[in-house]
Amino acid sequence: MSPALPPFLDRGGALARLRELMLIRRFEERSAEAYSAGKIRGFLHLYIGEEACAVGTLRALTPDDSVVSHYREHGHALCRGIPARAIMAEMYAKAQGCSRGRGGSMHLFDASRRFFGGNAIVGGTMPLAVGLALADQMQHRRRVTACFLGDGAAAEGEFHESLNLASLWELPVLFLCENNLYAMGTALLRHQAQPDLAARAATYDMPSRAVDGMDVIAVEEAARAAATAVREGLGPQFLELKTYRFRSHSLYDPELYRDKREVEEWKKRDPIALFEARLRAESLLGDADRERLAREVEAEVADAMAFAEAGTPEPVEDLLKDVTTPREGR
Amino acid sequence: MRTTYREAVRMGLREALQRDPRAFLMGEDVGMYGGCYACSKGLLAEFGPERVRDTPLSESAFVGAGIGAALNGMRPIVEVMTVNFSMLALDQIVNTAATLRHMSGGQVSVPLVIRMATGAGRQVAAQHSHSFEAWFAHIPGLRVLAPATLEDARGMLWTALQDPDPVVIFEHAMLYAMEGELAEGAGAVEIERAAIRRPGAHVSLITYGGSLRKCLEAATQLSQQGIEAEVVDLRSLRPLDDETLFASVARTRRAVIVDEGWKTGSLAAEVSARLCERVFYELDAPIARVCSAEAPIPYARHLEEAALPQPARIVEAVRGLLHG
Repeated sequence: MSPALPPFLDRGGALARLRELMLIRRFEERSAEAYSAGKIRGFLHLYIGEEACAVGTLRALTPDDSVVSHYREHGHALCRGIPARAIMAEMYAKAQGCSRGRGGSMHLFDASRRFFGGNAIVGGTMPLAVGLALADQMQHRRRVTACFLGDGAAAEGEFHESLNLASLWELPVLFLCENNLYAMGTALLRHQAQPDLAARAATYDMPSRAVDGMDVIAVEEAARAAATAVREGLGPQFLELKTYRFRSHSLYDPELYRDKREVEEWKKRDPIALFEARLRAESLLGDADRERLAREVEAEVADAMAFAEAGTPEPVEDLLKDVTTPREGR
Repeated sequence: MRTTYREAVRMGLREALQRDPRAFLMGEDVGMYGGCYACSKGLLAEFGPERVRDTPLSESAFVGAGIGAALNGMRPIVEVMTVNFSMLALDQIVNTAATLRHMSGGQVSVPLVIRMATGAGRQVAAQHSHSFEAWFAHIPGLRVLAPATLEDARGMLWTALQDPDPVVIFEHAMLYAMEGELAEGAGAVEIERAAIRRPGAHVSLITYGGSLRKCLEAATQLSQQGIEAEVVDLRSLRPLDDETLFASVARTRRAVIVDEGWKTGSLAAEVSARLCERVFYELDAPIARVCSAEAPIPYARHLEEAALPQPARIVEAVRGLLHG
């Protein structure tokens, strides 16, 4: 018998979350098709399997909070409210993209939503998050800075430096470590002497816990509690979200490093299927709802692709624009 | 007033903290210790630990924290103890601070100032003596400054703080003790132009930072031999003030570039290439460069002195151009 649903999961809240999970999934499936068709180039890192981490954590934030993310950030960007159109146009390298087509899949930005980028340097966002939070602390704002990182980042010096500094200065950072068990192709047990990442964070005298990252309800409950504590000025918090990516690292990856049976085992815990089953068991979801959501999501992604397709490239004359900030006399 | 370069840096820092409530100083031992080179001595007592922040030995984290704080409304002044340690923060400076504006399609700016000591001359060997200014000057998105005078040490910081983009300021470690006159009302200076520190008709000595004094000394010696050298202080290493450089060389028709970096891939190489591209037909002699020997800077005094540009080598280079 499952525990009672949390109050935020009334019928409307439940369907909204399911829709977000489905939107990320469908958005990325169609992105992969566009990649195969040569419409999207560069690297494309799919989040499929990890959707509950984005949906659960970003629901715990307010629009005034800040978000920094890594290069597998389509889900974070969508849940933060960046329109699917602007993200798809970015991946199509169009000027209508959320970074004017200059960043691509790994560098989605939207300053108006305080989404300060996908960063492609593993661990590189952690110092940035510390600084965003430092400014909030110094200016007495009750904001949270959410910092997404992966298990690979735990091997970087920035992980140690940033957790230490955030804890030392009691900064309002919520570290969200999506542990999908692989740093590109290197399994966690092959890159971490101490694979319990929540335990490692705790050594910096920081509240820390591990959560089932395939369970969107568990993720949101943990994120809400942690974000509340951060917002109340209790210093940083660390959540390890135990998850798994169903697809390859990027679309270049032949997946020589993991057993297909392992992937199949994890797919039995598909976050969308798990959540859907729970909602059906609670009589919050019926077939008609599911079909309606699927239609809506399909239409939203199709619209995003049409928008991206119709977009225009940034003029080459603008290549040097914004290397530095425009100012008078220049 | 009679003062030192170190004191001039401190005046600049104090002015920044007094005038802009968003400004704060952060780095290793900038507070209780007073700064590795004593540039921030007394500032902790005056401004408190919120605004004069001692950091752990975590260059990447505190430089990155400066970037984040700059993005979020503050005006951080981050001190990296020496350019050698900035290697540990290079990712944050190059991959983040310098890229964010362009990569985000112009959505965010990083108004961050990073100060660091550079250069050799104190017998502190190969991990505390190098000059990596050229590496930073290579990076689009950064502004790079090298104050070589008391006036610039005092005044560049405030102007840099008004810049909406990241600025890296290199203070040569041998200059901190330099004494000189500074006007009582000295304040902010412009940071766009190179400066002619001594006019002359026969050759342009183009330099920056810690080598300026050596060039002025060489110019004095040359003058006694009837050779008038014009000494050009680059001041801004990125962007370079081509106009002043080209005008000087067009007048003197000869150029010697003096740079404490290694010759290979140096700022001197960049200046030389620009002169060749733009004023080649004005030249009466090949361009010469006086740089550091291509070796890690050694501890022993005689070897360190031999490794670095010295007035005698500058004089020799000039005489070589004039007399073949």
